[in-house]
Amino acid sequence: MKAADYYLDGPAPETPEPRQRQDRWGETRVVGRPLPRVDAYERVSGSAVYPSDVQLPGMLHAAILRSPHPHARVKRVETSRAEAMPGVRAVITHQTPGADIAWYTDREGATVGHLFEAHCRFEGEAVAAVAAESPYQARDALEAIEVEYEVLPFTSDYETALEPRAPAVRDGGNRASEPGVYERGDLAAGFNAAEVVVEETFRTPCELHTPLEPHGCVARWDGNRLTVWESTQGVYPVQSRVAQVLGLPLANVRVIGHYVGGGFGSKLRPGKYTVIAALLARQTGRPVRLFLSREETLLCAGNRPANRMRLKVGAKRDGTLTAIEFHGLGSGGAYSGSGTGILDWQVRDLYRCDNVRCTTENVYIHAGAQRPMRAPGHPQCSWALEQVMDELADRLELDPVELRLRNLASVSQGRGGIPYTSNGFRECLEEGARTFGWLAARSRARSEDDLARGVGMAGGLWIAGAGGPPSTAIVKYFADGSVNLNLGASDIGTGTKTVMAMVVAEELGVPLDRIQIEHADTATTQFATASGGSKTVPTDAPAVRAAALDCHNQLLDMAAEELAVAPSELKLDGDHVVAVGDPEKRVALREVSDFRRRQVVVGIGYRGPNPEGKATCPFAAQFCEVEVNRRTGEVRVLRFLGAHDSGRVMNRATYDNQVYGGIVMGIGLGLTERRVLDTGQTGKMCNLSWHDYKIPTALDVPADVTSLPIETEDVECNTVGAKGLGEPVTIPTAAAIANAVYNATGIRVWEAPLNATRLAELLAEREA
Amino acid sequence: MIPLTLRVNGRERRVLVEPRQSLLRVLRDELGLTGAKEGCHRGECGSCTVLMDGVPLYACMTLAPEAEGREITTVEGLLDGEALGPVQDAFAEHDAFQCGFCTSGQIVAVEGLLRANPQPSLEEIRTGVSGNLCRCGAYPNIFRAAGRAAELRAGRGGDS
Ligand code: FES
Ligand code: FES
Repeated sequence: MKAADYYLDGPAPETPEPRQRQDRWGETRVVGRPLPRVDAYERVSGSAVYPSDVQLPGMLHAAILRSPHPHARVKRVETSRAEAMPGVRAVITHQTPGADIAWYTDREGATVGHLFEAHCRFEGEAVAAVAAESPYQARDALEAIEVEYEVLPFTSDYETALEPRAPAVRDGGNRASEPGVYERGDLAAGFNAAEVVVEETFRTPCELHTPLEPHGCVARWDGNRLTVWESTQGVYPVQSRVAQVLGLPLANVRVIGHYVGGGFGSKLRPGKYTVIAALLARQTGRPVRLFLSREETLLCAGNRPANRMRLKVGAKRDGTLTAIEFHGLGSGGAYSGSGTGILDWQVRDLYRCDNVRCTTENVYIHAGAQRPMRAPGHPQCSWALEQVMDELADRLELDPVELRLRNLASVSQGRGGIPYTSNGFRECLEEGARTFGWLAARSRARSEDDLARGVGMAGGLWIAGAGGPPSTAIVKYFADGSVNLNLGASDIGTGTKTVMAMVVAEELGVPLDRIQIEHADTATTQFATASGGSKTVPTDAPAVRAAALDCHNQLLDMAAEELAVAPSELKLDGDHVVAVGDPEKRVALREVSDFRRRQVVVGIGYRGPNPEGKATCPFAAQFCEVEVNRRTGEVRVLRFLGAHDSGRVMNRATYDNQVYGGIVMGIGLGLTERRVLDTGQTGKMCNLSWHDYKIPTALDVPADVTSLPIETEDVECNTVGAKGLGEPVTIPTAAAIANAVYNATGIRVWEAPLNATRLAELLAEREA
Repeated sequence: MIPLTLRVNGRERRVLVEPRQSLLRVLRDELGLTGAKEGCHRGECGSCTVLMDGVPLYACMTLAPEAEGREITTVEGLLDGEALGPVQDAFAEHDAFQCGFCTSGQIVAVEGLLRANPQPSLEEIRTGVSGNLCRCGAYPNIFRAAGRAAELRAGRGGDS
């Protein structure tokens, strides 16, 4: 049930309690404003060096040979022809000494897959790798490697994977784990008490992350010290895995990830490519660049599993929910990782209901392993739950917003009834509806010509988003009042660096352009968990605040001596320290003799624990208007509004941008994205390109997108009052579109993506 | 290997390349101009967009020898010394990116659009960047930035 990939294996390391008293912010001067990013110049000028831009003297280019079959045994690999080709410097396979490395483990820790696998269980399994002088020569060499495969029968349809005739992915069969069961109350009694019951089966597609920057790294050895420039959401998880696999001390593995061209959960951990690059670099004595081709990123860099969900909901005439039953099925592929992880969470937690039963079944198929993708499980569940709520509202002749308002939960039911630190779901629904003009838009008559308009909405919450320890930040205050901010977190495009600099500016009054940021480098920054799970701001901003306050307090202590006034009577005023009651008593920091001698003050900040016995979750409601072409089934999204309670807004510009981005990605789930496997004949992926695996383009998204922050005051969650944002923003989107299409046409589409062909068929059937 | 003379960002550059090398890889690997990105290297994403004689094109789908004798402009070429050009300024001002990996391509695409059509409508802007994927989904801000860039460019007097 835990979004384990976002956190660490085993017990989370703790950081000490922050030493500074941190009062709640009143009116803020810097935090919350729509300030441009501190790294905007680098990102728009082309000067930002992404890991895939790193070029080192003597650098070789590597590539990986992959199984073209979903299930096959490698009987023979012949590399001599490839080795003899011009420019080729190394070829490695599972037979190469030192390359026989265990990679995948099962729950019990037993090895179930290797770096190079002789028993390939998905199309794209790594078989061999080469390093050559140019990327072209590396690809040429791959073609010259001869592999003899024994092609084996495969299972690529998760819905039939448990049937007896389905070829087994593992010896124990295709059931990947014991079915998950969650229960509360009395389901039968709940359905008996129901006056209306809606029951339906839903399907969501397998989605691929496809960040614009492919997965990969550059690796270089200096003696037995390894440096890796990796496109990653977290340099520390990369460091620990690489060190463990290669048997090196952590201190000998430096991972740098100053920029990353998107990840969305697929770059939380290192890939095989990281270790393969290190092995090739060691063997050749040269730096090695290994970035996946776009095709490879689609095949084997993770996915959001496809899901089949059966949902049955009972309610009274007044809309009160009496029972919910959910069954979810999915596959995390051929290896570890669940196909149904936290899939049922919103059923358990979003709406008030005493009688709930959720079951999930997780199966193996011969396909690439899943990786967490932006709010794992949640947009899928929302697709089912929020459409059922819409249908229920329809049958009860209630407004969909009103039905949700009648079923608000006051506590986190999925966690046994503990309170939330804050809950702005009601305001998301009410203020979202008001700002969108919901009632007016809904009462507009459905037009009867070819173009039908409709509006739809959906709610949601994200299981995580509280953040938590460990996090350590360091702030160095220099003699001239400029600052160095040091933290381990990656900025994956959410504006982490900017937000953290704003926290320092808030506390120390230093302008942003006088703050230098050092981050995402295991050699020079502090331990941080990967940026994911919508937890970077709530995790790291409090640590940064504590570090800034530590500096602040030290500066006041020094000035107190100088002015002979108690530190508690002093405050920082730009580059001066002034006595609170007596503005005459002031001293310029550069005049403070203690500070002059030291030239720098170093503040350390830690992230304290979250409040016990409480849950912290972001809440969301989204509203949209669509236009459906009744002849072709095409759907155009005309406008969207996202009302989000993520606590305090740290930077209004990057906040809004996250909302837009989440909605765009949700449009992908609702309308365009779907991995297609040829489940019948070959088991191979059919749409191995961005031409065929379609992510939303500029023509698929509305220009009219409104972000409406519901800035619930949360004084308990952490010392800055912010909750996570990056994931909730994509949870309700697809369901809101489906509900809008229903509003426009009277047709429900239970299977995502909402495809024009299918919709046209349904429209035609109804005409006839 | 063949010798080539390319004109990139107003400077003449001589390189020795394999005839099959893409313009993108020559710009990045041989000339160290890593502003243009390699998102797919097969004409699907637009992160490699550069201007050839003022017209945006995918540098990954252009062989380096095809670029000989043409004027190539990359995102670095839109800078005036250290100062950002108007399209770059507008992108920073409107937060028209998240991870920033598609951004060079988006900026060059907008620059190309504005050179051909200095006052584009919203629909023309959308079409102008429709060959440039942004997985972070910063599109609404990209549209706004393109509009703002048109204003800034008009203010600064034409081609940047
Ligand atoms: S890299 Fe050229 S279009 Fe993707
Ligand atoms: S900003 Fe990340 S892909 Fe566009």
